[in-house]
Amino acid sequence: MSMDDARQTFYAESREMLEEMENLLLELESLPDDPQQLDALFRCVHTIKGSAGLFALDHVVAFTHVVEDVLDRLRDHLIILDRELTALLLSCRDHIAALIELDEDILPEELRRVGEVLLKSLAVYQSSLPASATTLEADMEHGSTVEQCQTGDLVENDCWHLSLRFHADVLRNGMDPLGFLRYLGKLGTLRYVVTLSDDLPTAEDLDPERCYLGFEIDLEAETDKAAIEDVFDLVRDEVELFILPPRSELERYLQVIEALPEEDVRLGEILLKSGALTAKELDNVLSRQDAKRSAGDKEYSRLGEVLIEDLAAQPEVVGAALDKQQKGRQNGARKEQHVRVAADRLDALINLVGELVIASAAADNSAKQNGDTSTQEAVSTLLSLVEAVRDSSLELRMVPIGETFQRFQRVVRDVSQALGKDIRLQISGADTELDKTVVERITDPLTHLVRNAVDHGIEAVELRKQRGKDAQGTVYLNAYHETGSIVIEVSDDGGGLDKDKILAKAIQRELVKPDQELSQSEIFKLIFEAGFSTADAVSNLSGRGVGMDVVRRNIEALRGSIDVESNPGAGTLLRIRLPLTLAIIDGFLTGVGTASYVVPLENVVECLELSAEQRQESRDRNLINLRGEVLPFIRLRDYFDLQGEAGRRENIVVIKHGAQKAGLIVDVLMGEHQTVIKPLGRLFNGLKGISGSTILGTGEVALILDVPSLVQQSSRQEAACT
Amino acid sequence: MSCELTLLNDPDQQPRKLALSGELCIFHALQLHQLLSTGLAPKTDCEIDLSQVSELDTAGVQLLLMAKREAEKANYRLDFIHHSAALLEVIELLNLGSDFGDPLLIPAERRSP
Repeated sequence: MSMDDARQTFYAESREMLEEMENLLLELESLPDDPQQLDALFRCVHTIKGSAGLFALDHVVAFTHVVEDVLDRLRDHLIILDRELTALLLSCRDHIAALIELDEDILPEELRRVGEVLLKSLAVYQSSLPASATTLEADMEHGSTVEQCQTGDLVENDCWHLSLRFHADVLRNGMDPLGFLRYLGKLGTLRYVVTLSDDLPTAEDLDPERCYLGFEIDLEAETDKAAIEDVFDLVRDEVELFILPPRSELERYLQVIEALPEEDVRLGEILLKSGALTAKELDNVLSRQDAKRSAGDKEYSRLGEVLIEDLAAQPEVVGAALDKQQKGRQNGARKEQHVRVAADRLDALINLVGELVIASAAADNSAKQNGDTSTQEAVSTLLSLVEAVRDSSLELRMVPIGETFQRFQRVVRDVSQALGKDIRLQISGADTELDKTVVERITDPLTHLVRNAVDHGIEAVELRKQRGKDAQGTVYLNAYHETGSIVIEVSDDGGGLDKDKILAKAIQRELVKPDQELSQSEIFKLIFEAGFSTADAVSNLSGRGVGMDVVRRNIEALRGSIDVESNPGAGTLLRIRLPLTLAIIDGFLTGVGTASYVVPLENVVECLELSAEQRQESRDRNLINLRGEVLPFIRLRDYFDLQGEAGRRENIVVIKHGAQKAGLIVDVLMGEHQTVIKPLGRLFNGLKGISGSTILGTGEVALILDVPSLVQQSSRQEAACT
Repeated sequence: MSCELTLLNDPDQQPRKLALSGELCIFHALQLHQLLSTGLAPKTDCEIDLSQVSELDTAGVQLLLMAKREAEKANYRLDFIHHSAALLEVIELLNLGSDFGDPLLIPAERRSP
């Protein structure tokens, strides 16, 4: 992997981490002390810091270090995560996101200032160690312990003492302890190293790929514990690591000695030899130990407890090692399942598959004309394979919508806080999958709808209480699949739309005439007209009159549709319906005269041949009686103003969009057709009733019918009739 | 490149002179273990030239230590001589000079001030 590739991976991973960080922060808001979440939060920042270090992004490391510090204290319950700190950490997250994209030398001044402000705010929460006032305190503490030193409490050694016991498999896993020692040497000076080879078995029993060595190291370095631990980050779960800071308490040495597998006396000698302990100190340790042992089992077991407590008090070592192990395992599992592929490669593949579909249709066509059975058979096998290839390559682009939904936690939180409302976001159907391109393009409209719901949908707290509702408002995001499309619902339990107000506004804006009779749903749909806003006050978030029409246009550009349901006082529901994919669909090919039209197969309910009476009936009215049901229809020949007379027979294709049904009258039904959607040029942007084109096997062009707009049109006709 | 153990003088001559060369690392650990076990099987005094050792890692260190220890146990002499630069670096890093007990020739320019 080249450096550039590695960097790309770093960016991708950091972004993932930042996203996770955001989610965790938001989750923690409702559950502030969950230790696992706090740990996960810490790890996010820790990972970013670590990888940024690899790429020498010092500015990122410097900033993340401070954040990590605060998170560490949070984890140790030295500070608590309140609303204020959450907000601060969220801003820090944003800042990190901005930092990782930039090299230090091109950092804009503005960003630098933001960083400084954040650091200043973080300092309040930060560990007291670096602050000057507290060093004094530490010094005083130190001074008081100097006296105790005479009783042998502190050792004189001014080096870090490290005890390393590598696990047997470390070599097999491709790690060489020597490398870590060399790297450790870069932190400072390796004052003394003792290599413990006591475990080395005889030649017959020795497994040359196992690691038998342990190390006792005295490191002279101006550094902190975290930096030393970082050296062993890669092997964290494959090494027993004990770190004793300079001038540790004698007691700590005693504990390490007991925790290590070697004989206590032998270890004592080693410590003596390495200069970690003076002879007097060692005597002191061993005699204390003896004293403790002779003081009886009770006392001794208590020492064990102390040891455990002490280890537990260093979550950096034990907790981190455990977590690392767990996470490593999870990561391993995940990596096996996923391959990172550049999006443009995937797009290229989909394009090729599209061409393949067209080409195979051409082959099918000519095979049918040839009438050669074996060719036809071969082609039909080919076709089914092409179909399978099409489906699985389209599936590659499917992503669950949950990730997009999660992003709105932040939006809801920020907006509701800015407005002084208490609102939570409830998500369901996060596993629902849809095309990646659709996901990307739906985010903006969704953001708008969610903001609207928070801003205008949910009432102010007082009003909610007056109405006897829970003070906390809820915005729901839901997604599910329905007949070949995905439905995304944004709803709230707020005040609902005010029908009269909308109508008044529409009349004022001359969108409707005062005497026009409109159904409730038609009135609600007015909110999607350009330049429409009913908000009493224009807030800085929404309600500037631009928006809903843009949302509608965005969604229609995706061949989707949006509708509204609302109950006064109970809330509003906006339902977006989108096609699952934008590239290739199963189509139903129909013909009118010489022209061919494709109806997306998922919208087709049934096809019927019109009887003579029905044909007569359809001349006079725009409604047809379908088994007792009234069905509005559109005669495509009339609709597209095609030349020529209708054939001897006519068929009706019943199509469905959402809950509405309509009929399309065509001359012939030509059956299923795999349709590669080719967008129409800009020239045809205003075209109604057509959403795209495709190329048939014969090389002819067929137009793809825009079902949502046709269904709408027919029901409008129906309304006009009745 | 792997590792090799070659006999430099006649098999009957005492002490036997051998030369170990190549990469003494985890990739060849099994091979090295085999080489040392067979090479030292006669359990007679011998001298191993290490000047051609290009690389040494933990696995290599362990095997060299093992060889020394086997010799001690079976009561014959095993001397490592002409340590290569790679070897010296590791011995210095791990402070193994006394564990091996061989005289080390430290090049003048590498001696710490």
